[in-house]
Amino acid sequence: MIHPPASATAEPVLSLRAVAKHFVLHLRGSTVLPVLEGVDLDVAAGEVVVLDGPSGQGKSTLLKLIYGNYRPSAGEIWVRPDPTRSPLELGRATPREVLELRRNTIGYVSQFLRVIPRVSALDVVTEPLIEDRLDQPGATAAGALPDDGNEESDRAVAREAAREEARRWLARLGIPSRLWDLPPATFSGGEQQRVNLARSLIKPRPLLLMDEPTASLDAGNTATVIEIIREARARGAAIVGIFHDDAVAHAVATRRVPMARFHAAPVPLPGSAREVMPA
Amino acid sequence: MMPDRFDTPPLLRVQGLHKCYGARVALHDASFDLWPGEVLAVVGESGSGKSTLLNTVAGRLAPDAGCVLYRSADGAVHDVHAMNLAQQRALARTEWGFVHQNPADGLRMDVSAGANVGERLMGLGWRHYGQLRATAQTWLRRVEIDPARVDDPPRQFSGGMRQRLQIARNLVTHPRLVLMDEPTSGLDVSVQARLLDLLRRLTRELRLAVLLVTHDLAVARLLAHRMLVMQHGRIVEAGLTDQLLDDPQHPYTQLLVSSVLQP
Repeated sequence: MIHPPASATAEPVLSLRAVAKHFVLHLRGSTVLPVLEGVDLDVAAGEVVVLDGPSGQGKSTLLKLIYGNYRPSAGEIWVRPDPTRSPLELGRATPREVLELRRNTIGYVSQFLRVIPRVSALDVVTEPLIEDRLDQPGATAAGALPDDGNEESDRAVAREAAREEARRWLARLGIPSRLWDLPPATFSGGEQQRVNLARSLIKPRPLLLMDEPTASLDAGNTATVIEIIREARARGAAIVGIFHDDAVAHAVATRRVPMARFHAAPVPLPGSAREVMPA
Repeated sequence: MMPDRFDTPPLLRVQGLHKCYGARVALHDASFDLWPGEVLAVVGESGSGKSTLLNTVAGRLAPDAGCVLYRSADGAVHDVHAMNLAQQRALARTEWGFVHQNPADGLRMDVSAGANVGERLMGLGWRHYGQLRATAQTWLRRVEIDPARVDDPPRQFSGGMRQRLQIARNLVTHPRLVLMDEPTSGLDVSVQARLLDLLRRLTRELRLAVLLVTHDLAVARLLAHRMLVMQHGRIVEAGLTDQLLDDPQHPYTQLLVSSVLQP
């Protein structure tokens, strides 16, 4: 059994050890695309780590590895679910454990909102809080949807509280209230991104991953996002982010990590060079 | 299956299923677990064995080897293929549901919508006509069918309405496990979106465990927590849906993912 890294004094929320990622393209003669190599990184509560470097150096790939969306080719990714529990290693965690980490521990602001047909902006943002409730023990099939067609009152109260919280987030991120009941599919890029932010941030999770959260925002909304990141940090979240705008990076970072040190050499792994060449 | 820190036992445990048709191997050593509230998609092209897997899990096909273990609401574990026909049918009517690709295979096309929804309840001993009708109307509303259509037979419904009625018919008894065979294919895209939204909401609200066979990766993305990829009767890759779609490892999964527009 491999134990989590021993730097127990800082108790990092996130620890990466010798993480590597290369993509094997089976449809292209098993070409190997090396992206990351030897990533060692600890992030503690209250830290905002900004990943620096030009595009193509694996910044987004690194965030996707930490979210469990990509699977590492080597190394270990340890995430501490909360201060009372010991860290889990993503590569050894079961799918259900990874899903639980995503629900309760790891927030991820992706670059784009993945819209769900017919679901309103308000419901998109409310969902993480409702899901949480459905996940609680005792939430049974029969209790969840009684046959009289009305929700149980306590459930309805909780749902309305979650909706109220979602309205606060939408308002704070400057989404006009006339849009709240509409599906975000027709919103502008900036509006979709703000709905995405609200959905990802509404639940205060211990680890936040942010991939260009301000990319399509105006100055006012960018200032709001900076404020939200600082608040998250103040409540003790560990944050890893990518920001195209250096002023934003400067405003939020407690530490900056150049990606160049993790960048895998653009040399195909042994055995693949021959296959890359056309016959 | 790896142990994890959740100590709840799975609802369904499929172990080493094997099925041949003559010399052709339709299913080879298929194993997986399914937990309450979990939607598991089985993807692959036609002939990959996904329908054989679904029908074997459902008890409709007998495997040549392997077993399907189901833990019922009372906690007892049943070997589905060791049950007699009456026991299998009782299970199918109460704790299980089955949604067919073609709604005509899962509905009685010439009896009223209300009777279609009420049938499983009557099987459970409901006799009060007013209650049956009221519950049927509640479920019609829940699947977005005008309750005023309660007396109309599904033959008079559109394809999308028929599929929604089939779902209501299955869910009215609050089953714990629902098997779905391509529930959205054969429907227009706009009709599909409505059905997907409905399925997504109901599976979450009812904490249903669902085994969903689909060839549509976008459907898997929207509905499923986990995914199995099948090729030539074998499960070639398994994992979280987004992992398999965004970072496919097996050559066949890479082929599937790269063959569609934006799954």
